[in-house]
Amino acid sequence: MTADWPSQIFEKFKEQNVRQVSYVPDAGHTKLINAIIADPDIHAVSLTSEEEGIALATGAWLGGDKSVLLMQSSGVGNCVNMLSLIKSCKIPFLTLVTMRGEWGEFNPWQVPMGSTTQASFEMMGVHVMRIDQPEDVQDVLAAAMRMVFEGGTPVAVLLSQRLIGAKVFEGAK
Amino acid sequence: MAEQELDRLDVVAQLLKDRGDSLVVTGLGSSTYDVSAQGDNHRNFYLWGAMGGAAAIGLGLALAQPDTPVIVITGDGEMLMGTGSMATIAKQAPGNLKVIVLDNGHYGETGMQEAHTNSVTDLTTMAKGAGIEQSSTIVDQAGVDRLVDSIKRLENAPTFAVIKVSAKSYLRADTVAKTIKDGAYNRARVRVALGVGIE
Ligand SMILES: Cc1ncc(C[n+]2csc(CCOP(=O)(O)OP(=O)(O)O)c2C)c(N)n1
Repeated sequence: MTADWPSQIFEKFKEQNVRQVSYVPDAGHTKLINAIIADPDIHAVSLTSEEEGIALATGAWLGGDKSVLLMQSSGVGNCVNMLSLIKSCKIPFLTLVTMRGEWGEFNPWQVPMGSTTQASFEMMGVHVMRIDQPEDVQDVLAAAMRMVFEGGTPVAVLLSQRLIGAKVFEGAK
Repeated sequence: MAEQELDRLDVVAQLLKDRGDSLVVTGLGSSTYDVSAQGDNHRNFYLWGAMGGAAAIGLGLALAQPDTPVIVITGDGEMLMGTGSMATIAKQAPGNLKVIVLDNGHYGETGMQEAHTNSVTDLTTMAKGAGIEQSSTIVDQAGVDRLVDSIKRLENAPTFAVIKVSAKSYLRADTVAKTIKDGAYNRARVRVALGVGIE
């Protein structure tokens, strides 16, 4: 492994010419968000709520831009109705979700949404992939991007709380 | 108050008369029908759901196509559900994005229940507060004329306009029947019109 996993994800975005990345911040996404903000060729779109990111992704694709939505598992419930857009309009949609409420979670309020994140995506027709080990990041992301941008299948990649780990996660509330 | 209330269908006709190559996103409800009633266009994207998403779709499209005017035409109820996107738009500030709210003070599509905008809520103030400086309320024909003049202009910042219209509704079965409901076809058609591929 040559780089840390957030840098590997960023490299994949660049390889695929992703032009818009939207996010509601999560501590686990900090490094990736900073890399996106620093990149002049990517619109870093700070959202007030996650469902805006679904709508933004739809508009981006209408206009010819590939996009990715970054969020924490607690934001997935905010997206459910808006995911109708992805299904009805067959938008190649990719989201990377940092998981909370599943691995040594100190905050019990994260558990209800964390434990239903995968089911929420699946009931709206979004294919779910999961990464537990840093060494799997590159492969899973490459596979997910192929499914989304070549095959048109909407995919959510869940970055497990164990993967995010104490290092990136330190101090996050 | 305006001497004579503005009519939504007439306002939309004026806004779109010289639209050129503008892209138009319509919010579910009467806005979709009013735009469709002007005649179909390959650069129209009609929403039949995704309530609260029209402005954010316009933002994604405006960022992807910075040299093309993107006009969002939506209702006050639809905008109320997506007010957070005002802040998101203000932060990105694309000068080709025009968000136009046809404010009839009611939820027309669902049976004309009174909306917050009819009494206590001012969407223009909310948009200004969110940081969209070029936000205004239009109550008369002179205001509509000014908006028509600027609608295709690529500016330095987005435009937000609330047009106060009468609560008259034009929901007609023939307009509903002929408006595209297949979202996948609609998005492919917009992409072909823009020359960015079918997929
Ligand atoms: C999430 C969601 N909640 C409720 C509805 C039902 N609904 C459809 S249109 C509409 C009102 C739209 O009001 P407005 O934007 O003011 O449209 P107009 O009065 O111009 O028809 C509502 C509440 C819906 N489609 N989706």
